[in-house]
Amino acid sequence: MARDEEPLVEVRGVTLQYKTREHLVTATYRVDFNVFRSDRFVLLGPSGCGKSTLLKAIGGYLNPTEGSIRLKGREVTKPGPDRMFVFQEFDQLLPWKTVLQNVMFPLVTSGKHDRRGAREKALGLIDKVNLGKFADSYPHTLSGGMKQRVAIARGMAMEPDVLLMDEPFAALDALTRVRMQDELLALWDEIEFTVVFVTHSIPEAIKIGNRILLLTPHPGQVKAEINSLPRGADGTAAGAELGRKIHAMLFAEETEETSHA
Amino acid sequence: MLDAAARPEIYREPLSQEQFGIVEKPLTPFERLYNQGWLRKLFVLAVLAASWEAYARWLDNELLVPTFSATIRALAEGIAGGVILTRAALSIEVLLMGFGTGVLVAAVLTFFAINTRIGNDFLETMTAMFNPLPAIALLPLALLWFGLGTASLVFVLVHSVLWAVALNTHAGFRSVSVTHRMVGQNYGLRGIGFVVRILIPAAFPSILAGLKIGWAFAWRTLIAAELVFGTTSGQGGLGWYIFEAKNQLNIPDVFAGLLSIILIGLFIENVVFRLIEVRTVRRWGMQN
Repeated sequence: MARDEEPLVEVRGVTLQYKTREHLVTATYRVDFNVFRSDRFVLLGPSGCGKSTLLKAIGGYLNPTEGSIRLKGREVTKPGPDRMFVFQEFDQLLPWKTVLQNVMFPLVTSGKHDRRGAREKALGLIDKVNLGKFADSYPHTLSGGMKQRVAIARGMAMEPDVLLMDEPFAALDALTRVRMQDELLALWDEIEFTVVFVTHSIPEAIKIGNRILLLTPHPGQVKAEINSLPRGADGTAAGAELGRKIHAMLFAEETEETSHA
Repeated sequence: MLDAAARPEIYREPLSQEQFGIVEKPLTPFERLYNQGWLRKLFVLAVLAASWEAYARWLDNELLVPTFSATIRALAEGIAGGVILTRAALSIEVLLMGFGTGVLVAAVLTFFAINTRIGNDFLETMTAMFNPLPAIALLPLALLWFGLGTASLVFVLVHSVLWAVALNTHAGFRSVSVTHRMVGQNYGLRGIGFVVRILIPAAFPSILAGLKIGWAFAWRTLIAAELVFGTTSGQGGLGWYIFEAKNQLNIPDVFAGLLSIILIGLFIENVVFRLIEVRTVRRWGMQN
């Protein structure tokens, strides 16, 4: 896909380090990639490849020790509502607010809408994720999948420049996960938002993404940045082939290690 | 393993819902009554009152243990005559002053404790030092500093409320989940807005527990202070009322005073705090 427009998110030579009690851990080393408007950009890699840390850095929760992250040309330094986050954890909804209030809250506090506007906007999005009947329910009465839908609705209601999703379906059961993936894609067809999606599942990456960044672990480095298949082709032979290719790339080093041993 | 031919595959149509009859059997009236928590508690109270009455009648010494009925009569007279009500109002007024100030100071201390390291160390050291110190032990000093009267009482009340509330609130703030914090930051909330909109509601179960403990401490401290030093202050609350009645050997009034302290405590615990709980932490699913 040839693009001559400016990238929306520009990640340039980003090295991320964080301290634990005893060590300074390098999570990623000099990672580069660009995310363009309406991309479904997937960060894929085994655990320990720093993909979640990378996403948090785009979210502004930690600053790179080297390199830079730019959103629309502006350096990212702190969290903000222009990059809405969808977390893996079910407790990301505020338990003291109903579904509707949860979706409205950022709209109002960020000053994007007045109360009435926020209400309308929120109700629209809640309908889109098929939770219209539960608008006045409190989060603790919802199932895991429903909570994640609310989190997605909340993120999308803000119309952020980019939606950051950190393994949002990883804690769901397999059947719910498939349905949520389909729903997310249906939403994308409708609104064509930009999303950066972290996963450790190769099939999920092929299904969700149009562009996939492969990261190798300890520390995370870019192994490849590839195009995914056209929509709906993930179940075909081409999908299986791509899956094998990704698998081979991700686990190449590991096989070497074992053969050395 | 059996070969495939020997194990036929099975397909069935599940029954539709209407074909299940739900069998219900009503509970007996006794079972239904026994399921009511308030009724069981009322029964316990009735048994206690009856045994009190029986023991007092058998003892037949009004100076040691007046009967339950005499106590109730004294209480009714005290309320009708307005004495108990005005004394209780006085106690509660002082209590609210001390409680309110204590909570306010606790809020300020906790705010600094979560925002700065030195504030955190200050709060931890102060609570470690002063939480174990009974408030009533400070009363002699308070009388020296603030003289006889309300100011001294408020001082010891603040001391009794402050540390319990600050300790619980601080612990609550620190246990707010990382995800909730990140959500708040994602919305662009910072400083006081972050505390009010994210930390306080997220830590509300702990804060409420702190308020309850603080309230109980304050109530006890106040009555004790009035009992010990009430004689020297011009007008007193319920503790002073009890002290006076004892001096006049009017023992049913002593019991009536104790009973009203219990009743007020029950009301605050089971009505005021319960209502706040039901409206907040229970509705939010943070507490069952």
